[in-house]
Amino acid sequence: MLKVRQATPPVPSRRAFLGGATVAAGALVVGFTLDPAKFARAAAGPDLSALPAAPNAFVRIAADDTVTVVIKHLDMGQGNTTGLATILADELDADWATVRTTFAPADATLYNNFAFGPVQGTGGSTAIANSWVQLRKAGAAARAMLVAAAAESWAVPASEITVESGTVRHAASNRQARFGELAEAAAAQPVPQEPRLKDPSQFKLIGGKVPRVDSVAKTDGTAIYSLDIRRPGQVTAVVAHSPRFGGTVKSVDDKAARAVAGVVDVVTIPTGVAVLARDTWSAMKGREALRVTWDDSAAETRSSDAILADHRKRLDTPGLVAAKKGDAAGAIAGSAKVLEAEFTFPYLAHAAMEPLNATIERAADGSYDVFAGCQLHTIEQAVVAANLGVTTDKVRLHTQWAGGSFGRRATPGADYFAETASIVRATGGKAPVHLVWTREDDMAGGFYRPMVVHRLRAGLDAKGAITGWEHRTIGKSIMIGTAFETMIVKDGVDATTVEGASDTPYALPAYRFEVHNAREGVPVLWWRSVGHTHTAQAMEVFVDELAHAAGADPVAYRLGLLGGAPRLSATLRLAAEKAGWDPKKAAEKGRGLGVAAHESFGSYVAMVADVTAEDGKVKVNRVVAAVDVGVAVNPDVIRAQVEGAVGFALSSVLRNRITLRDGVVQERNFDAYEPTRMSEMPVVEVHIVPSTAAPTGIGEPGVPVLAPSISNAIFAATGQRLRSLPLDLAGLKGA
Amino acid sequence: MLKLTVNGVAHTVDADPEMPLLWALRDHLNQTGTKYGCGIAQCGACTVHLDGQPVRACQTRIGDIGAAKITTIEGVSGKVADAVRSAWRGLDVVQCGYCQSGQIMSAIGLLSENAKPTDADIDGAMDGNVCRCGTYQRIRAAIHEAARSLA
Ligand code: FES
Ligand code: FES
Repeated sequence: MLKVRQATPPVPSRRAFLGGATVAAGALVVGFTLDPAKFARAAAGPDLSALPAAPNAFVRIAADDTVTVVIKHLDMGQGNTTGLATILADELDADWATVRTTFAPADATLYNNFAFGPVQGTGGSTAIANSWVQLRKAGAAARAMLVAAAAESWAVPASEITVESGTVRHAASNRQARFGELAEAAAAQPVPQEPRLKDPSQFKLIGGKVPRVDSVAKTDGTAIYSLDIRRPGQVTAVVAHSPRFGGTVKSVDDKAARAVAGVVDVVTIPTGVAVLARDTWSAMKGREALRVTWDDSAAETRSSDAILADHRKRLDTPGLVAAKKGDAAGAIAGSAKVLEAEFTFPYLAHAAMEPLNATIERAADGSYDVFAGCQLHTIEQAVVAANLGVTTDKVRLHTQWAGGSFGRRATPGADYFAETASIVRATGGKAPVHLVWTREDDMAGGFYRPMVVHRLRAGLDAKGAITGWEHRTIGKSIMIGTAFETMIVKDGVDATTVEGASDTPYALPAYRFEVHNAREGVPVLWWRSVGHTHTAQAMEVFVDELAHAAGADPVAYRLGLLGGAPRLSATLRLAAEKAGWDPKKAAEKGRGLGVAAHESFGSYVAMVADVTAEDGKVKVNRVVAAVDVGVAVNPDVIRAQVEGAVGFALSSVLRNRITLRDGVVQERNFDAYEPTRMSEMPVVEVHIVPSTAAPTGIGEPGVPVLAPSISNAIFAATGQRLRSLPLDLAGLKGA
Repeated sequence: MLKLTVNGVAHTVDADPEMPLLWALRDHLNQTGTKYGCGIAQCGACTVHLDGQPVRACQTRIGDIGAAKITTIEGVSGKVADAVRSAWRGLDVVQCGYCQSGQIMSAIGLLSENAKPTDADIDGAMDGNVCRCGTYQRIRAAIHEAARSLA
């Protein structure tokens, strides 16, 4: 028997979010008075300065004192829900014990990401950074309205009223009221457009120890992910996809599949053939029984080795110029020493723990409810609407906790949302469709970190100073052909291919960065820290090589080049100090320290890795990290993100790669693409640089520096340079 | 019709005896706390207890369970479970949280057999549980913390 339960809390009505403050069942809803002129600008393009920064529809206070913060982002584990609620609650002077959170519906006018222009979405480690002022103002506005309501009802000046931990007080007359008691009256107050914000010295929650809001639900089985959605009468769909990217269905024999117990339907959709069943197991059995013939005429049929060889051949030719200064080639020609290096990087799957999935249900009035780990909300909404032939206002998004993403849940074409919608359409919306990608579907489904090659050349003068730097990169552009192309791609150069290299903070007297956009049929995507996943390895290993060639200490050599980057320098110094970096100490045989420092997404991270390397085996013993993320909204979450970045990235340093044989992905599950495991996890120590700068993100920036710190440590331990990823540990044999 | 006892409650399930317990729990009994990660015994996200022993629900056919008592993250209780949960919460172990039902079920299994596990014991008992968010350092610390609180 398929029993069903309502798996998701009802989403507050959209009406409650619009307009100014409104009273809904005794609740204070702080909204922003809509200014049509501002929205016209917001809709027209990504002019960030024109967007409203005033309080928005981010907080509701109920008669029972609960304060619900509306979260416009996806929380895929990075803890932004806790941080976002903290920012608002601090300005509100709320009692943290009464703070709840809810995920916002899709609405670009209220919940857009300022870093994405008119799009609501989460990525690029922007959640805290783009919400910082917005949520502070939302909290401060709500606080001012509570104070105004108390002042009015007590007939005292607002200036004499204080607020602390969810209670509003007038000391002189010895009166006080809880937020819940004032909520209704506060809702009738005008919404201040420019409320006074706290001085950072007054922060109570920001920078302190605030526990994660999701720790309880994620330790007793009650947290609902989209894979846990169970709608009344839902059917589960599993899709047979072409084994090669770009392949299409030629013919289908579904007789045996339909005969499998539990299978209710089989439909052909643009991305393959969907088997629908009463449960996941039956759908998987049904798919096994399916006979599909594929048309590979437009498919990518090459092996990854062949694609790589092609990349390397193209690197012999000049590419598009991403950045240049002076005559790099001439400067190198006249150098005392010239170093060259090549780095290759494989395709990488995100392999989030929760495989991709989504559920779409048709309502009686022909509108639709979408349940998923929504990451590009308004794009996903538009894609679902287009696939179902309705306008976007007929599509309601219900964002769930996501079991990881690392970028995969955010595709500019909203791939798996479109697939779910196409199944709903093919089945006439009869039953809610719960699309499940198995682990194999998820891993073999493309949208990988691109396969990239870097080739570098640099000259040193007699004193070891860099004379010139030539750097050529090839990889498939993530952005070309997507809705983000006009924002990110300039003259054919996709910033996400060269970020972290062509904008290096190292002072180079002459340089030339060139890039080729690879032509291939493998779908690619941002993978936790995007271009920095490979540029940091190329830059930080090569700088290390130059330091050694110059006979200099790697930390001191970097600091000498970072005069224009004080925050990165300070971060590097802190990591070196905490790791006990000592240029005079001779390395033990087989054990070494390696350093790397890199800026990404406006955050600065340095790492020192302590590695033992013997007989083709590498053990990372300890990683000491320093980070500068501006104001540390939640230091413990920041530490956790860096610890997690190490655990996440380590397997990509040691072994992970996605390969294709004749176009078919070979690694399909965790046996062949094995994540880091407990016994491999190094001790990670994280130090935070104190800062009053506006906060930046930390979901991604811990990742880029891990690989080069390990590579450089292996060099210190063995004298061997392992440049490409994953590290060629077999090449270490005999070390 | 098969009978399954889950968290002390008897259920009948109308499904193929070959069906892995994972899908019977999630799709037929609406116990969605037990997670699917790989389906091939590589990740431990589906870990439940069968008569108190951690097993991979994706590898356990419902036809083979018989009268054994199934305990899931939703129902696991007792001193060890309480200590583990409270250590997990105190240290804010979770990130995405998707692997954590399995991690917790494995950790409870470990601490029920071994009151004072060493780091090597933890490696041995927990290596089958993947955390893609990389929360291992805190998982290790939480297991030690739970052991201390139980001592
Ligand atoms: S789902 Fe059972 S071990 Fe991965
Ligand atoms: S917390 Fe995300 S996989 Fe473990």
